[in-house]
Amino acid sequence: MAETEHAGVEETLKRIEAQKGVIGTIVVNAEGIPIRTTLDNSTTIQYAKLFRLLTMKARSTVRDIDPQNDLTFLRVRSKKHEILVAPEHDFLLIVIQNPCE
Amino acid sequence: MSNNNAAATMKKGLPAQKAALLGAKTTKAAAKKKDEEEGVDNGDGWDDWSHGKALIKPPDQLELTETELNEKITRILTTNNPHAPQNIVHYSFKERSYKPTSVVDQMAVLFVLEGSLLHQDCDEARRLRAKGDLPKETATVETGTEPDEEKPDTLVRALATPVEDGGEVDEAGEEDRPDSVASKADMEPKATNPFNFSERASQTLNNPLRERSCQTEPPPRSIFAATANQWEIYDAYVEELQKQEKNKEKQKAAASKKDTDKSKKKTMLMETQNDDITKVRKSAKILERMVHQNIFDDIAQDFKYFEDASDAFRGQEGTLLPLWKFQYDKAKGLSVTALCWNKKYQDLFAVGMGSYDFSKQGRGMLLHYTLKNSAFPEYIYPTDSGVLCLDIHEQHSYLVAVGFYDGCVAVYSLKKKGLEPVYKSTAKTGKHTDPVWQVRWQRDDMDNNHNFYSVSSDGRVVSWTLVKNELVFTDIIRLNGAVSEVPEGAQQPGITCGTSFDFHKQIDYLFLVGTEDGLIHKCSKTYSSQFLETYEAHSMAVDAIKWNHFHPKVFISCSPDWTVKIWDHTINTPMFTFDLNAAVGDVAWAPYSSTVFAAVTTDGTVHVFDLNVNKYEAICQQSVVAKKTKLTHIEFNPIYPIITVGDDRGHVSSLKLSPNLRKKPKGKKGQVQPKGPEVEVAKMEELLSLLREPEQSTA
Repeated sequence: MAETEHAGVEETLKRIEAQKGVIGTIVVNAEGIPIRTTLDNSTTIQYAKLFRLLTMKARSTVRDIDPQNDLTFLRVRSKKHEILVAPEHDFLLIVIQNPCE
Repeated sequence: MSNNNAAATMKKGLPAQKAALLGAKTTKAAAKKKDEEEGVDNGDGWDDWSHGKALIKPPDQLELTETELNEKITRILTTNNPHAPQNIVHYSFKERSYKPTSVVDQMAVLFVLEGSLLHQDCDEARRLRAKGDLPKETATVETGTEPDEEKPDTLVRALATPVEDGGEVDEAGEEDRPDSVASKADMEPKATNPFNFSERASQTLNNPLRERSCQTEPPPRSIFAATANQWEIYDAYVEELQKQEKNKEKQKAAASKKDTDKSKKKTMLMETQNDDITKVRKSAKILERMVHQNIFDDIAQDFKYFEDASDAFRGQEGTLLPLWKFQYDKAKGLSVTALCWNKKYQDLFAVGMGSYDFSKQGRGMLLHYTLKNSAFPEYIYPTDSGVLCLDIHEQHSYLVAVGFYDGCVAVYSLKKKGLEPVYKSTAKTGKHTDPVWQVRWQRDDMDNNHNFYSVSSDGRVVSWTLVKNELVFTDIIRLNGAVSEVPEGAQQPGITCGTSFDFHKQIDYLFLVGTEDGLIHKCSKTYSSQFLETYEAHSMAVDAIKWNHFHPKVFISCSPDWTVKIWDHTINTPMFTFDLNAAVGDVAWAPYSSTVFAAVTTDGTVHVFDLNVNKYEAICQQSVVAKKTKLTHIEFNPIYPIITVGDDRGHVSSLKLSPNLRKKPKGKKGQVQPKGPEVEVAKMEELLSLLREPEQSTA
């Protein structure tokens, strides 16, 4: 069961990576260590560290307003690309995409 | 003092007097005393002495009686030191206790003066003489006298050298002495002056200081920072609440406690071992949709907001805007054989894949797509045999009934994990012997069991009931044995194959069955042998029959004989007939209007009709797929203005209806627009009445 789930998640991540415009994906575990990535090491670590802080802040903000609420995902759109962050169970999933304009 | 003395003598006054009177010769002092006494006796006017015989006492004189006065008190003089302690104890190691010292020293030293006189014959004197330090007798005498003037200090007795800066007292004496001494230096060594105070200091070697330090490993430190936010407090409360609830549960269930603990332990282990990706399953799914949305952003915007403005200039015609295209790699080679929208989640729809080709029968698939993700299906169920039809339950939208080419029917539950259907019919349990062309869920029966109907080419309409773990079937109607009222009286020979059916929306028992011969039978669930009515609909098989969503009497049918017909079930002949120039695969009523319907043909065209606008022609005819692709099915979305169209290549296209196709009847200006199904019914009724009138007039 766990194996098929694992495979399912892997497949999903691969599909995401195969989509048009996706530059890379990073999966960060509860301690802030990236466990799966398609980018180079230094970039990965940088992204992991920075977005972890940002996500924690964002979640704190949302919950501070209403403690029963919680953050589902975060989108940061910049000039060059869009970074999609989905937090779950203290894990963090980051996808960097170049939206086709 | 004198008084006391006098008093003392007074005490012994009588004996003294007696002594005096005895004629002892008294000294002058005694005579003086006597005189005094006599003087007292005589009373020379001394007030104090007036009471001469009375004793003079000091004011604090101890009052004693005569006997007490005469008492003789013995006083003993001892040599005991009254200050000496009487109870000195010493610790005896032998007996391991404190023992009183028996003898205590009674000597009290009052004054010690150490002298430095040496007897000339004592050892020390002889020694000094031998050394030569001791001067002659005169000198010794002098030295003997010297100490008297010096401080008697016992610190230093014999000095090697004389101290020159001795006491200042005898400076004068010393000045003489050194001279005398110096002259005798050769002869006699200078006598040391043992009595001069001298201080002699010496310094020991200072040990070199060495610093020796030891450093322990500092205890591991970690920085702890936390914020006190509203949600942290909330979380703490929630946790506390949960703990309390758990405690309550534990109290209630003591026996099962162990099991739950064990299972909890197991799950805990699992979690700690998996530092991995399965935890982000849901997030990954959401992210996939987000990425998809980014990519197909323009389509999503169109879907939501785009209204074709050019419709205003197009008169009555409308267009279809292509939106997403859904396809699945592993479904290549299969054609879309069924489409159904989910009533609860309106962005989810089910696609059945199989093949209509008799010779190319193989596997099939059941897929669920969502509009949010066109790249990959949400649910995938591969099947052994091609899927020919499916239906999603209205209330329990996780239940999907599927009919297969091999005659089986199955029920899948989307809630269950696993690729097998929850129920499946087998040869024993009454599966059809020919392909199942249509399935439909019905309302739950009286026992609250779910049930659905299926129609198949073997001529049976069967009702399947989900009883616990089984699928129980009931033949409702056999199309072969039924006798219908044919005007010429000839009975229907042999087996008729049912190819489609539909149940009336309001009247529960009423349904229509279309056959391969092109006939439509109106049947009732309660009558198993007879049809209520038969319509000679088409020249080829009736592929689809659909009741109108609003009007209770109207239904539509289509057939590969290129026609689409609209009927009133009370009348034997069709109300409307449309020729579409190509075999019609499927037809569907619009959920928002009673007069709008769409049909798909094998030449890849979608035809949309609005009877209210144009009774004879389609208001939209659009080719939506590449050439040589046949369109097989069409379905309207319940709430969004989109339609999905399936083709024989396994692709599903979604199209948006332009505003012209969604027209609501315009009311007169100033009038409030009535809304609701009644309007629709009225609309249809109007149309029908127009048709009926000429009929009645001709008939």
